[in-house]
Amino acid sequence: MEPLISRRTALGLAGAAWLTPLATQLARAAEKAREPARSLIILWMQGGPSQLETFDPHPESRNAGGTKAIPTTVKGIQLAEGLPLLAEQMESIALVRSMTSKEGDHERGTITLKTGFRPDPTVVHPSIGAIICHELPAAGTDIPRHVSILSSQWPARGGYLGDHLDAFLMDDPAGPVPNTKSFLPPKRDEQRLKDLDVVESVFAKGRRKTTDGTLHRQTVADARKMMSSEQLKAFDVSQEPAATRKMYGDTPFGRGCLAARRLVEVGVRCIEVTLAGWDTHVDNHSFCKAQNAILDPAFAALIRDLRERKLLDRTLVVCGGEFGRTPSINPGGGRDHWPTGFSYALAGGGVKGGQVVGETNPDAASDDKAAMLMMAGRGGTEKFVKDEVTVENLSATLLHALGIEYDKLGQTPIGRTVKFSNGQPVKKLLAKG
Amino acid sequence: MGVRDWFFSCLVVGGVVALGVNLMPPARTKPLDRAAVTAPDDHLKETVESINANLRAEWAKASLSAAPPANDLQVARRLSLALMGTVPSLEEIRQFESLPEAERLDWWLEHVLRDRRSADFLAERVARAVVGTEDGPFLLYRRRRFVTWLGDELAKNTPYDQVVREMIAGNGLWTDHPSTNFITVTSRPEEGNQPDPIRLAGRVTRAFLGLRLDCAQCHDHPFASWTQDHFEGFAAYFGQARLGFKGIQDGDGQFELEDRKTKEKRVVPPGVPFGSELLPNHGSRRERLAVWVTHPKNPYFARATANRAWAILFGRPLIAPVDNLEPQGVSPDKEKTLADQLLDILADDFRRHGHDLRRLFRVIAATEAFRRDSAADFDVTDAHERAWAVFPLSRLRPEQVVGAMLQSASIATIDAESHIVTRLMRYGQTNDFLKAYGDTGDDEFDDRGGTIPQRLVLMNGDLVRERTKDGILNASSRIASIAPSDAKAIELAYLCVLGRRPTSNETEHFTARLADTERTRGQRLEDLYWTLLNSTEFSWNH
Repeated sequence: MEPLISRRTALGLAGAAWLTPLATQLARAAEKAREPARSLIILWMQGGPSQLETFDPHPESRNAGGTKAIPTTVKGIQLAEGLPLLAEQMESIALVRSMTSKEGDHERGTITLKTGFRPDPTVVHPSIGAIICHELPAAGTDIPRHVSILSSQWPARGGYLGDHLDAFLMDDPAGPVPNTKSFLPPKRDEQRLKDLDVVESVFAKGRRKTTDGTLHRQTVADARKMMSSEQLKAFDVSQEPAATRKMYGDTPFGRGCLAARRLVEVGVRCIEVTLAGWDTHVDNHSFCKAQNAILDPAFAALIRDLRERKLLDRTLVVCGGEFGRTPSINPGGGRDHWPTGFSYALAGGGVKGGQVVGETNPDAASDDKAAMLMMAGRGGTEKFVKDEVTVENLSATLLHALGIEYDKLGQTPIGRTVKFSNGQPVKKLLAKG
Repeated sequence: MGVRDWFFSCLVVGGVVALGVNLMPPARTKPLDRAAVTAPDDHLKETVESINANLRAEWAKASLSAAPPANDLQVARRLSLALMGTVPSLEEIRQFESLPEAERLDWWLEHVLRDRRSADFLAERVARAVVGTEDGPFLLYRRRRFVTWLGDELAKNTPYDQVVREMIAGNGLWTDHPSTNFITVTSRPEEGNQPDPIRLAGRVTRAFLGLRLDCAQCHDHPFASWTQDHFEGFAAYFGQARLGFKGIQDGDGQFELEDRKTKEKRVVPPGVPFGSELLPNHGSRRERLAVWVTHPKNPYFARATANRAWAILFGRPLIAPVDNLEPQGVSPDKEKTLADQLLDILADDFRRHGHDLRRLFRVIAATEAFRRDSAADFDVTDAHERAWAVFPLSRLRPEQVVGAMLQSASIATIDAESHIVTRLMRYGQTNDFLKAYGDTGDDEFDDRGGTIPQRLVLMNGDLVRERTKDGILNASSRIASIAPSDAKAIELAYLCVLGRRPTSNETEHFTARLADTERTRGQRLEDLYWTLLNSTEFSWNH
């Protein structure tokens, strides 16, 4: 079977299409008419945060191990102690307390939550951020529209949609944007590019079409454009007033959240900011306390700041990790991996705040065989959660909130039919359903 | 000066000398081992001729002109990138050119196949197909051990069927018998760390047979003749594999699956989708399956291996994706495509000559398709590439890019015999580079496009800066100081980075550039190096 146009040609066309003024016009028009959220910020809690010490405290249960709950600005909703600033923003936050996944390993769990699909050896699924960049217009952004700040080992990938949609990796925004500054005086730098033209034209001789098909020179040009773009300054949080920086917290994660807000302002579609260190197999409570001290000011400031800048309606903020932690506490004072009932927090972007979806059984036992069976796909989740929200349903909800046809049938480059998400949006979470 | 002072001085001087000798060993040139070249036997020639005849017939049928033969150095670069993940060093190019023209490429291929770099590089590529890139279950899976074992087997040129049988049916601890990591990578914590027959069946069918039987895991395949029963029966061969104190062993008991609809358990007996007469009567379930998979009369094993070997050498398989030879199912009367015909010929030779991987590479590397140029004096199109009438352009894998970059920054060959400091540096630099450049994961031959960060890393990255700048360890400064003329310096830089000599245009352009006195000579060479490293030509196989 001969494809009508090869993948390479398609890539070439796609590359060229972005350049035309028409495409830009269309993009702008689409932008104006668009109601849904236009950017997504994922606060990625690497390691699997304990739901009991964050968004789903059960202070009365034997599983609490002394963790107390604090009231929030919404009556009847409590957070775990250590999140007082977030508690003040509760009207903007929806909590999902009944998340379930079938992967209890860090790598596999991370891929599952980031893509909405369990790892599949026959196809690499794109992460949610890559789908968003693929589906929404580019809107004059010179810098990568998919960014991962403080990335873990497993950053968000473009998968079958193409490596160009991989998240751009950035460390602590206190430092420079990696590899975007030439180490040469401008004159030498320009001369090198002219020299490059000579070598390129020799190579293209006798194979012009196939050489153009590599898009190599186009990618070099895009990289040069990025290097000289004013939008790069969005990474530079030192340009913010001291008070703002203080509000987010003087931590790499706090700076990451602040940079995320600045990136949203220049049109970046998806920013993943990672807070690692949630793998609390020992001494869970004290580690969670330290983690909350970083998360609380950053997350709360992000919501407040976006609201004050009238960006919250069009920016969806999501916070969670690859799984939760066991209800019972192990002999080392830790909690182990638990994909059978964990929490996610959502704010802005058309999400109806001040509500909780689902609940976990406060007296669940970690060694329960039923949990293992559930992960192995052989048994229900009734014993652990009410109003279950699966990973698939979470991914459909996020895509739907961004106005993306989550169940559109697409094709991988090898012709396999796939959807962006196999779930259904949780209507209750969204203000407009 | 007292005796003690004198001794102390001697000690210091001795230390400095020892350090110097170690860090900068005297230039060594490896002796040429020309005896290693085995004369190609008649049957190899016959196989190659039969492939060439099919190629020529296809070109005639489609009225496609073929590109002229590629330059020898170009072919050497292809072999080096495909089999060792790097480019030839200047030292190697000198050896290559010291031989009579007719012997060069044969010698080079044997030199590459016998180099430990080749065993290690190929082991990693095969490992990606058979166990993937994931870290796998903590403590129960040692990926490094597995890759090292595979590298050892390839270095010994163990028949490939034997290597595969060892993976499928091996017993023991994953630390002692590294082949069993093939099984333990699928351990499931939720099932008491027992291996997963379903995942194993998927891996075996795709990696060794080039069949995607696992699509039938959930439903009967839409086009192919595989059914859910076929897949489940195949998986049942792994249904008795157990993980215990003695590592992986076969136990007894039945393989049970839960029906997706009725949720009832049912026993699934082992069974193969075709060719059951090839199954031996004795042995554990896995042993029987291993024999069946690699049986010379099983048509898929040799074809799948040939398709992968072709993909390794060309950067793209004969039939894509590399692990799906029969997307439409088996239909004996369908007209054979060129790819089918070539696979048949290659598979037949591979089977008849003891599943010898090196021979398979020799056969493919000797074909006209491999020896053609990627450029021609006519308009080269995708159609020419698809019919193998020109050598196709393919994006280098990240490991190949970093391997080529580190080698091009050194005059001497960086290999297993290099100084430990050099090798450690190479290891560290490779890892840092790959992190920034991005890894391609399991999916080996599916080009998902280049990225901006990749270009940024090659233009502005620390490693490029370190390895091109004026410094005693770098080839650019060595060239600046040893080349008698600018034209010679340009030629050496081109040979190191692009593995070819510059055209007269290029020599002229860069001679003028090197005459510029605003920059030091070292800086001028550094600029030339940067330019060559950032070209399409460097980042693509061609």
